[in-house]
Amino acid sequence: MTEIFGVPTQALFGQLLIGLINGSFYALLSLGLAVIFGLLNIINFTHGAQYMLGAFVAYLLLNKLGVGYWWSLLIAPVVVGAFGMLIERLMLKQLYKLDHLYGLLLTFGLALIIQGLFRNEFGSSGQPYPIAAELTGGRNLGFMFLPIYRGWVILASLVVCIGTWFVIEKTKLGSYLRAATENPQLVQAFGINVPRMITLTYGFGVALAAFAGVMAAPIYQVSPQMGADLIIVVFAVVVIGGMGSILGSVITGFGLGIIEGLTKVFYPEASNTVIFIIMAIVLLIRPAGLFGTQK
Amino acid sequence: MAVVRKISAAVALACASIGAQAQVSDGVIKIGVLSDMSSLYSDIGGPGSVAAARMAVEDFGAAKKGMKVEIVSGDHQNKPDVGSGIARQWYDTDKVDAIFDVPNSGVALAINQLTREKGKAFINSGAASSDLTGKACSPNTVHWTYDTWMLANGTGSAIVKTGGDTWFFLTSDYAFGHALERDTEAVVLKSGGKVLGKVRHPLNTQDFSSFLLQAQSSKAKIIGLANAGGDTTNSIKQASEFGIVKGGQSLAGLLVFISDVHGLGLQTAQGLIFTETFYWDLNDQTRAFAKRMAAANNGKYPTMVQAGVYAGVLHYLKAIEAAKTDDGTKVVAKMKELPTDDPLFGKGRIRADGRKIHPAYLVEVKKPSESKGPYDYYKVRSQIPADQAFRPEKDGGCDLVKK
Repeated sequence: MTEIFGVPTQALFGQLLIGLINGSFYALLSLGLAVIFGLLNIINFTHGAQYMLGAFVAYLLLNKLGVGYWWSLLIAPVVVGAFGMLIERLMLKQLYKLDHLYGLLLTFGLALIIQGLFRNEFGSSGQPYPIAAELTGGRNLGFMFLPIYRGWVILASLVVCIGTWFVIEKTKLGSYLRAATENPQLVQAFGINVPRMITLTYGFGVALAAFAGVMAAPIYQVSPQMGADLIIVVFAVVVIGGMGSILGSVITGFGLGIIEGLTKVFYPEASNTVIFIIMAIVLLIRPAGLFGTQK
Repeated sequence: MAVVRKISAAVALACASIGAQAQVSDGVIKIGVLSDMSSLYSDIGGPGSVAAARMAVEDFGAAKKGMKVEIVSGDHQNKPDVGSGIARQWYDTDKVDAIFDVPNSGVALAINQLTREKGKAFINSGAASSDLTGKACSPNTVHWTYDTWMLANGTGSAIVKTGGDTWFFLTSDYAFGHALERDTEAVVLKSGGKVLGKVRHPLNTQDFSSFLLQAQSSKAKIIGLANAGGDTTNSIKQASEFGIVKGGQSLAGLLVFISDVHGLGLQTAQGLIFTETFYWDLNDQTRAFAKRMAAANNGKYPTMVQAGVYAGVLHYLKAIEAAKTDDGTKVVAKMKELPTDDPLFGKGRIRADGRKIHPAYLVEVKKPSESKGPYDYYKVRSQIPADQAFRPEKDGGCDLVKK
């Protein structure tokens, strides 16, 4: 068997694929963050908590109402997205005129409160969530055993990421959105309801987080901490990709998933720091991030 | 952001001069429960440990005996620096006499050292590293519930005996994981087994698929999980997803708690074999304790760590009563002198190296069809007698043991 740096190539393929799967979660989450930051200039630290809420809504739907995975994939983002819009209307709206820092503090505080409430109710061990019957089992790819569910994660994530990028960059609706962030007064003068558009955009970003949460529920334990553990990494992804760059966050998400996966093979002890090392290097060389534009 | 929650559990009104009271510094015995209150180990110890400590104070009848006992609690966030910071403040300014629990061996080793410097008492229940009664042993520390040697000896040797002779370790990359891996490896090698490889993952990892794939390609019969809490549940869950057990490899959860099994569900956890020193369904006394704990802790049944906090507090207060002082070094010496007897661990003793001695139980997780309901999870496969459950005193390398 051929080897690369002492690791059999077959094993390496497996690790690359796993990196890609983890990258899909990074991409989905950082996409939501990038949309919210790029269009609204809010640093949404509640994102991790909203991801966790998505998973919990799916869990509660299944255990209290008997609603399965597929419906949850639709319902959870709508419910959590609506909750997000409520936050935007009641709280975030008051802060737009102030420094970014205030929004950051507010959303960070909210995240702590939401996580604390759930930890109180459900504990930290997490709750089990079964994989949908259609997606159980796996395929032997020759170089590794790929659970069908993981394949589905890559596929769904790619579709959602490309779809979002397309809507924002290539459609008329997207052009309104981008214009509204550049110059809200002017867009308002054309008769477009800018505040409503902003609320809906925030809701959409939050819904993306909840969608990722439902996707993650069958793989990880549904636990109050699941978002807090991930959010810092995802922020690093967004910074590396370039704050607010949608394409950047998607490509960086997948890319860093792969780099992290490889680190787990060659030097596992560093696997939770490698992303931050890359972040530091990127910030030194390109302060605006790989795909960001200097303002 | 040291969240130090103060729970003023003033159990007794200040009582005048009754025997034990006389030499107790400032008239109050102050117990600090230092635990993981918010992260992956908080269901193992956490708020449940605080509830257990409070129950022990109640059951000891401190109020009737005229002893004033207060309980404070703090969140060490699994960071040795945060834990030491809280402990330092407790000892120096808040007049705390003893620290209990401290899951996370990294933090516990720091508290072990600090407690020794300050001449206080540290009754550890949550941390696992056998170094606490080995090369890091201290006249101010008692290690109550379990340790890595005991887990390795109980689970490791049982598995090697049933044919699991090639191992691959998935190890949590800090003091606890290293100790558990080292102790288990020793047992595996001694029983004639082989270790084919190991991989160390950071504490609190979400995705284990990459590590599991490495374990899979090692072709080892047994994948030993030298981790705990959320790390263990995520490894087990993802191992089942990647068809590792179906592929013929078995998982050995070296440290599994009842809260982990509850979180995983029996469907995923069934058949796991591991070692515990306490199970709520052992006898009438443990069952009664579990009912009370569940009522006091959001319906959650006690883990062995919480049971250890309860029994530790009980014995600590007995020792103060007998020694008529709350001086840490003297109380710990008294704790070692007095035989232990409590409803949860039965009769036992504390050795010179600080090791509490009691039986251990090799348990197997029931199939969903065998379980009568929530928390009816274990079949006790065998009992390991107290004198065999823990590392022989002479092998630990502790200075306190007379050669």
